[in-house]
Amino acid sequence: MADLVKSILNPRRMVFWLAAVALAIVPVIPAIPVYWVTLLDNIGLAALVVIGLVLLTGVGGMTSFGQAAFCGFGAYATALLTTQYGVSPWLTLFVALAVTLVVALALGFITVRLSGHYLPLGTIAWSIAIYYLFGKLDVLGRNDGITGIPPLSIAGYALSDSRSVFYVIWAFVLFACLATSNLLDSRMGRAIRALRGGTKAAEAFGVDTARIKLIVFVYAALLAAISGWLYAHVQRAVTPTPFGINASIEYLFMAVAGGTGHVVAAIFGSTLVILLKEALQRILPALLGHTANWEPVVFGVALVLILQKWPGGLWMFVERLLPQPPAPKIVADAAPLPVRSLPARGIDLLLLERVRKAFQGLVAVNDVDLAVRSGDIVALIGPNGAGKSTTFNLACGLLPLAAGTVTFDGTRIDA
Amino acid sequence: MDATILLFLIQDGVTNGAIYALVGIALVLVFTVTRVIFVAQGEFVAYGALTLAMLDTGKVPGTAALLVVFGACAFLAQLWSSGRDIDLARLGRNAALNLLLPAAIAALTYWLAPMKLPPWASVALTLLIIAPMGPYLYAIAFRPIAEASVLTLLIVAIGVHLAMTGLGLVVFGAEGFRARPLTDMTVPAGPLIFTGQTLSVYAVTLVSMLALSFFFHKPLFGKALRATAVNRLGARLVGISASLSGSIAFGLAAILGALSGALIAPIATVFYDSGFIIGLKGFIAAIIGSLASYPLTALAAIGVGMVESFASFYASNLKEVIVFTLIIPVLIWLSFAHGHTDEED
Repeated sequence: MADLVKSILNPRRMVFWLAAVALAIVPVIPAIPVYWVTLLDNIGLAALVVIGLVLLTGVGGMTSFGQAAFCGFGAYATALLTTQYGVSPWLTLFVALAVTLVVALALGFITVRLSGHYLPLGTIAWSIAIYYLFGKLDVLGRNDGITGIPPLSIAGYALSDSRSVFYVIWAFVLFACLATSNLLDSRMGRAIRALRGGTKAAEAFGVDTARIKLIVFVYAALLAAISGWLYAHVQRAVTPTPFGINASIEYLFMAVAGGTGHVVAAIFGSTLVILLKEALQRILPALLGHTANWEPVVFGVALVLILQKWPGGLWMFVERLLPQPPAPKIVADAAPLPVRSLPARGIDLLLLERVRKAFQGLVAVNDVDLAVRSGDIVALIGPNGAGKSTTFNLACGLLPLAAGTVTFDGTRIDA
Repeated sequence: MDATILLFLIQDGVTNGAIYALVGIALVLVFTVTRVIFVAQGEFVAYGALTLAMLDTGKVPGTAALLVVFGACAFLAQLWSSGRDIDLARLGRNAALNLLLPAAIAALTYWLAPMKLPPWASVALTLLIIAPMGPYLYAIAFRPIAEASVLTLLIVAIGVHLAMTGLGLVVFGAEGFRARPLTDMTVPAGPLIFTGQTLSVYAVTLVSMLALSFFFHKPLFGKALRATAVNRLGARLVGISASLSGSIAFGLAAILGALSGALIAPIATVFYDSGFIIGLKGFIAAIIGSLASYPLTALAAIGVGMVESFASFYASNLKEVIVFTLIIPVLIWLSFAHGHTDEED
């Protein structure tokens, strides 16, 4: 109990709780104009998408230019069901999630097995396809979209203004933050974090990298779908424009600006970019005197600059000001892990039989036989280029065999 | 559908495909040499097309001034990277390449533009304005982080795309333009009519590919580029400058982009943001070519052009949807053909 209180009251967490409380009272202060509350709503909506992107890009080492399209699935699913069939918005949330789940699983399944850059390229292409599709389908109202979407309501009370819907949006953001932090602290979270250093190391430790990548991709897509679902009920209308490739790029910019390694940085990045956007729309025309749109130029240059100078994102400047996180607690009297039963001494543990590897014409490993018995220490020696490393890579499965078998503890492990 | 329509659709598909091929080849070139997935390649196409259209009307294209700005930024980037040790010879070379050269090209443009040059001279001037932008962009955006991951470089390329599209809007405005065709010649061939413009598309695409293939196999620069593409580290060990290779690759990409732009300008109305979609269609071709094979990319580009032309006949509404969905079967095929192709970088 004392530990729990201590962990909640550690100075770093206190800062976050205070920030959350401050944020929570903002909308009830009458002196604060609706404009600022709306801005905070928009930040929350964006942050939901960006949290997913941070997990995908910053932690998992993948990226997607299709997050806005996933928002679109969430938004259009609820828009269609609530306006055409009168379904309750709270029920459509599950439909929105289910639709996005199916699409993200299908798209993820075909891209996560390919090398890193096919995922972003694939998402660019299909997000453009989906954007055009939203604008062409009669059932989705073509380019005019769908209007007259009902607001969310709780116990008969309609959340139809920025102040009331604020709490719903930020409740989802808080939930997403906690869920994501918990995920990252779990065993699977460690597997996700291992992806960033390349897949080989993670696979060597038994991580099914394709599966983990798929889970992260789907998780990020679901967060985006929630944001889209909320967006539809806040705006009360959907059109294809906010789900196009430029919106996806903006989300990625938020993730990069905040920093791609921390969940709170996602909220920070969304805030920065949305405030910057507001500032540009107000200041630049006044400054330059004409109506030319400099926003993409500023965004583009900022994106390049941040990646060149502060690839960890701008969150680190805030991080420095915060109290240090407490050192992870080591439980000295934790129960030991179960010990595996060891094989009997002297039996063949690792067995290589007539193992062969050829790189085009060059035979690097020529029918090698090798036995390692349990309890033995075996050295593989040979001159430069003898094929020692290749033999190791064949034994542990990093390279496919041309011929021969590898057996470990009686089980064939070359597949 | 009768045979005439079929022939028309094929002709249209091949013409567009040839332009996508030029874009796709530039993408493969830049990727193999620098590992940059250069999504902003389409912006060179739009810049080229709009510059040519401006020159046609006797106006000074805004890209001339933009070139000077790019050069100045490249100058600063180079100055920044050389740090405190100032070497006069290097500084002079930097100033000549990044400040004097673009200033001279801009001056030439301001002098020549009001004269309403003949079409071929306008194209040449367009190439002269756009080509140096490639190396400047490389120096500004990519050289400082040349060793970053493919993913980071891709996001930087997206930043470059955003900035270039925005600048395109600033210098050209939101209006679309069309350029004069190179010639008014037409060649009837059965039911089809080949305009001089379509024929020049075919000719320029073919000549560019032959020229590239010559460049990669004969001059030392080209061989250096090919070596860098095959093995970056190995190339550096034998004394090939990675940054020079990168500059050349981006220069070639800018030339290919401007050429595609000059070819497409008389065929279609080009807007400041038309480049992105053209560039992405080139990308689909490049992905089919696994971002590695030039001939496969060129063939795939013709295929993309064909699909697009047939889609616009059968389902004109869903043309873009169909073209961009093409990538999904391609990814499935790559996924199963190559299996696990994760490369560490």
